[in-house]
Amino acid sequence: MLKDITLGQYHPGDSPIHRLDPRSKLLLTIAYITAVFLVQSAAGYLLPLAYLLLVTWLAGIPLRYLLKGIKPLTMILALTFVLNLFFAQGETVWLQWGFLRLTQEGFTTALFFSLRLVFLVMGTSVLTLTTSPVALTDAMERLLSPLRVIRFPAHELAMMMSIALRFIPTLLEETDKIMKAQMARGADFESGNLMRRAKAMVPLLVPLFVGAFQRASDLAMAMEARCYRGGEHRTRMKVLRFSRLDVLAALSMLALVLLIMGEGSLYG
Amino acid sequence: MPEQFEHMVAAQNVTFSYQETAQPALSDVSLAIQPGEFVAVLGHNGSGKSSLAKLCNALHLPTSGTVTVCGMDTQDEAQLWNIRQHAGMVFQNPDNQLVSTIVEEDVAFGLENLGTPQPEIRPKVDEALRAVSMYEYRASAPHMLSGGQKQRVAIAGVLAMAPRVMILDEATAMLDPSGRREVLATMGRLHKERGITVIWITHSMSEAATAQRVVVLNEGKLALTGTPREVFRQVEQLRALGLDVPPMTEMAHALRQRGLELSDDILTVKEMVEELCRLSSRA
Repeated sequence: MLKDITLGQYHPGDSPIHRLDPRSKLLLTIAYITAVFLVQSAAGYLLPLAYLLLVTWLAGIPLRYLLKGIKPLTMILALTFVLNLFFAQGETVWLQWGFLRLTQEGFTTALFFSLRLVFLVMGTSVLTLTTSPVALTDAMERLLSPLRVIRFPAHELAMMMSIALRFIPTLLEETDKIMKAQMARGADFESGNLMRRAKAMVPLLVPLFVGAFQRASDLAMAMEARCYRGGEHRTRMKVLRFSRLDVLAALSMLALVLLIMGEGSLYG
Repeated sequence: MPEQFEHMVAAQNVTFSYQETAQPALSDVSLAIQPGEFVAVLGHNGSGKSSLAKLCNALHLPTSGTVTVCGMDTQDEAQLWNIRQHAGMVFQNPDNQLVSTIVEEDVAFGLENLGTPQPEIRPKVDEALRAVSMYEYRASAPHMLSGGQKQRVAIAGVLAMAPRVMILDEATAMLDPSGRREVLATMGRLHKERGITVIWITHSMSEAATAQRVVVLNEGKLALTGTPREVFRQVEQLRALGLDVPPMTEMAHALRQRGLELSDDILTVKEMVEELCRLSSRA
């Protein structure tokens, strides 16, 4: 049952977007989010929307995948919208009801904030849909490695993340095994109120943690036996290389930012 | 690293204990392993065989005595990485020794740690994966593989570093019978084709029977040593040490006790059949 869980939401493919260097995808996603925050009018949001649709189409990802990413956010979205709607400062009053005031400015702020959130989530979804977790950690390590001069543990962080990724399926399998073993001895994980169910998890978590520590100690031993001594002097089998594709992607992002800024300047 | 050395791995009067007060896991063990040998180390749980394995690549250091690998003393910190490269180690739990989420990346791990120049890594990884017949799985995730396959990937990871000696610490203990056969056959082939010295730690008698030499440990001391035939012939002593003997050896022993004139060094079914046929043709 737990075996069906997939890691992240990577949608394998061989599109130009998939083939982009993960470093540029990561940086461009950050640039995209910034660009979304630069938009100043409701109509202006058509620009990042068009860009997103173009990228999604190029990547060959079904649109519903992007929409699926927003689903868990509906509550937060609704909350942001309602709060901004009634509590943002504004002059043009549309409706007054007790202390609640619905203003035009409130409405625009609410709309903008919600749109920003939606674009933020959809933009990062495109990143995680087209980039495998391994490529992402790799990109992070390489992008952060200049920070080593200020003793930022870039390599260690990336190593931790990739080990975590490696062990998630193993630990899920183990959880499944322990659960079945406890159920065979009469444990009940499904009935009762929240308290009862939380209590039932204790005999599941204790052996899981003990096992995880054992694994950690074994793995450390195995890594040492294979001459692991941190990131110093380490070489890599796979090298990341920027290609013409990455230049094109960067140029398109630059165009988007310029367009958004140009559109914003129309409103002074 | 010295060019000339007499023994691949040599332990001299080695005593090792985990804590100073505790009973030593190994006491006064001396053992020399020749280049190109396939040695099985036998012993029941707590006999000190795992400690011996970890002493061979400086994961443990002897409390007293010396351990040398390719002529290098494991106490010598300057040689630590050299020793670990030359004495490759495969552990018991296949899940707990693979580091990466992709098979080929895992095989490259050791080479990357050694600082191998980038263009040389790929060919070495491919070659190691082919040597253990796992090349087709190079892009798979470890958790999708069987236990035997995972152990073969672990072997490839060590093999890529070009070790002189490989120490397998109960590498088959957690595998199913077909996984055990896969791993044993792989190591047998690597030993024969590349002359890699193998130290095979196990508690399986039938695996030990395939080795060139068997070393039996008991409570931290060297109990018996010799060829499998010499060792398994001593059925009574092995039993006293809490070890079984291979089934055919045991059967021969029982038949001899009932008065049949069988040879006392039978290890396999085939030998048993031949021996019985010889007897019946004489009768």
